[in-house]
Amino acid sequence: MNSSQLLSFVTFMYGFAATFYIAAWIFKQTMPAKLARWVAIAGILMNAAGFILRWKESYDIGYGHAPLSNMYESLVFFALTIGIIYLFIEIRYKATVVGAFATPIAFLAMAYASLSPNVSDKIQPLIPALKSNWLIAHVVTCFFGYAAFAVAFGISIMYLIKSWAPDKESGILARLPGLNDLDELTHQMIMFGFLFLSIGIITGAVWANSAWGSYWSWDPKETWSLITWFVYATLLHARTMRGWYGKRIAYLSIIGFGAVLFTYFGVNYLPGLHSYGAV
Amino acid sequence: MKNKNPVWKFFVSVKLTVFLLLSLAATSVIGTIIPQNADPEIYFHKFGPFLFRLFEVLDIFDMYHAWWFQLLLFLLITNIVVCSIDRLSATWKLVFPKKIMFNLARFEKLKNKEAFSIDGLPGELEDKYTSFAAKKFGRQQVDKTGDGFVLFAEKWRWARFGVYIVHASVILLIIGAIIGSLFGFEGFANIPEGESVDSVRLRNSGRVQPLGFTIHNEDFDISFYDTGAPKEFRSSLTILENGQPMLKKDIIVNDPLRYNGISIYMASYGEMAPEKQAEHDFSMEIIHLNFTIKSSGMVYKRKTEIGKPVNIPEGNGTFTLTAFNPDAEFRGQNIGAALAGTLSPVQGEPMEVLLPLHFPNFDKMRRGAVVISVADQQKETFSPMKKEDVRYYSGLEVNRDPGVWVVYSGFIIMIVGCFITFFMSHQQICIEVMRKGNKSDVRIMGIANKNKIGMRRQVEKFAKHLANMR
Ligand code: HEM
Repeated sequence: MNSSQLLSFVTFMYGFAATFYIAAWIFKQTMPAKLARWVAIAGILMNAAGFILRWKESYDIGYGHAPLSNMYESLVFFALTIGIIYLFIEIRYKATVVGAFATPIAFLAMAYASLSPNVSDKIQPLIPALKSNWLIAHVVTCFFGYAAFAVAFGISIMYLIKSWAPDKESGILARLPGLNDLDELTHQMIMFGFLFLSIGIITGAVWANSAWGSYWSWDPKETWSLITWFVYATLLHARTMRGWYGKRIAYLSIIGFGAVLFTYFGVNYLPGLHSYGAV
Repeated sequence: MKNKNPVWKFFVSVKLTVFLLLSLAATSVIGTIIPQNADPEIYFHKFGPFLFRLFEVLDIFDMYHAWWFQLLLFLLITNIVVCSIDRLSATWKLVFPKKIMFNLARFEKLKNKEAFSIDGLPGELEDKYTSFAAKKFGRQQVDKTGDGFVLFAEKWRWARFGVYIVHASVILLIIGAIIGSLFGFEGFANIPEGESVDSVRLRNSGRVQPLGFTIHNEDFDISFYDTGAPKEFRSSLTILENGQPMLKKDIIVNDPLRYNGISIYMASYGEMAPEKQAEHDFSMEIIHLNFTIKSSGMVYKRKTEIGKPVNIPEGNGTFTLTAFNPDAEFRGQNIGAALAGTLSPVQGEPMEVLLPLHFPNFDKMRRGAVVISVADQQKETFSPMKKEDVRYYSGLEVNRDPGVWVVYSGFIIMIVGCFITFFMSHQQICIEVMRKGNKSDVRIMGIANKNKIGMRRQVEKFAKHLANMR
């Protein structure tokens, strides 16, 4: 079995995990929740295995680089980071319901990687510009940032759903965590994401400086990552200093994740080149 | 510091911060939708005269350097500086008080308290609890009360400085960028293999910038993967001062050369315009020409070289090859490689004749008394683009940025500052032990300036631990 096959299998695992989590939440069943957890853990382990296998395969072909160099590989890694962060929340906060909102995002990332005709799963050699140790530091930190923002997005959605009827004693809304906990968790995720996005932008700048002699050149991808950074900096200030809380923070977190998605995918549809290809 | 100055009040507000951050985010989008610094003609064509004028007035085509964008950045920096000065003295007093005072009343106001009862008198518990608190928190203070003691402990008081570190880092980034734009330059040089430069052309102004040394390009190499994708670009450079070689280095894309504060990057490459080398090649080459005489129908073969006249048989004047052109054009059509020559008949004006290598009968079109063509047209002989003959130039980016170390320190400080701000908080706990018969009642309370949920959890954990410390 090669890594692509293994990873397309991971897509199904995340799909099942998401289905079970949602079923457990809606139908108040403990069986699916337990099942979901094991399926999710198995999916994450297989995702990691697929990542490592692909790394090895690239050495076997003779290209020899970390699988972080194109859209397919970044989506696989994105799903993995979401999985890891979700698992951390599950263990630390015992909030199983979060799974119903986090695993679907990992599933969508993997489904897009495996099924979209625009995303090729071929292992390609590294072009000269990408041959840098900063590549690994840059991509890993960026994606931990993105994944934390993705999970924050999921939790913000939970917040908005919960806030329809926060005091209900039973039903599916009652099975979501309390508003305060959701709000706090969003904030935690965003602080984590902000730290990693900052490191991601910084490592990207250092890399650009070593490859092209300029740490910042306002290229669309760079600029959009800065826009994302500004949005989350706004959120942090609004919360710490202006006492913004709850719904407003949830909306800002959703807008912020929109900026993340645009930085990740949307930039490819803008006019002009990302400097990867420039050399 | 309370300051009533309206300018100060304007800059101290976090509303302004939110406004500026969102404005920067929103306006930055423009420059990603409209490609920056392109040719004015392209813009004119795309937007029409009215929008073109409007955008030009607003500097939209180079918006990140426009006055209004720089103004937003300037306001943000002023905002940060004023805000930090305004609050720093209060924070300073909190972090370095004359004497650290613990106030039991502050802890008692808390909603979340952990309480338990434990065997043993306060005196027996005191040592254990203080050493536990010392291990977990560090700085502590024990006050005796009538029937027991109160233990205060705290850690990471200085973490209150975290945000100032973050804000200082933003200021450093901007200062570094300003230093770079004032005292640095961004230039480029295309150096053919075997040649040298001692100055570069600047990117923004097009001015020539002397370097104070010479860059000699020994050699450029490119290698490919078997997929055809480029694998490596490599230039072998030598730095010379006063003709003396000072430094030799092969540079590749992620590995520049640095000399005297100037960095030289492998940025691009190209092939030299082919005419030059083709002339060179063909001046050496022996070329055979066929002369077909119309009147007699005879074909004569003659040897020649570029620049060497030959007599055309049967007294038809002379013919001189003048040039080789690998990309010749005839009436706007590209006809590929061709030799050009001058035919000087015995009577009349000399005329230009074109001999395309791929069309042996081309000269018949001229309807002259003699038809000239290249004999034995073996393309190999005439193909000037033999792989090993291709001459490349290295496209080098040559920059000086004395601000980069300020920017890099800003980077490190920002990461450290964010970490402190987000994950460390000034935490204080208070353990109150009171004698109750021959047992003790214990209460634990905790305050943190950040992450209150985390503090609550920690207090719960401590309570469990202390309750089992018999
Ligand atoms: C790009 C610019 C800026 C960045 C990246 C930034 C970053 C941060 C961060 C990460 C925090 C901590 C938030 C939290 O605790 O959740 C913070 C807090 C704060 N920022 Fe900024 N900031 C910026 C600009 C400003 C400006 C212009 C002001 C001026 C008013 C400002 C004033 C504050 C204040 C007063 C706090 C709260 C301090 C406290 O908790 O005691 N910031 N900032």
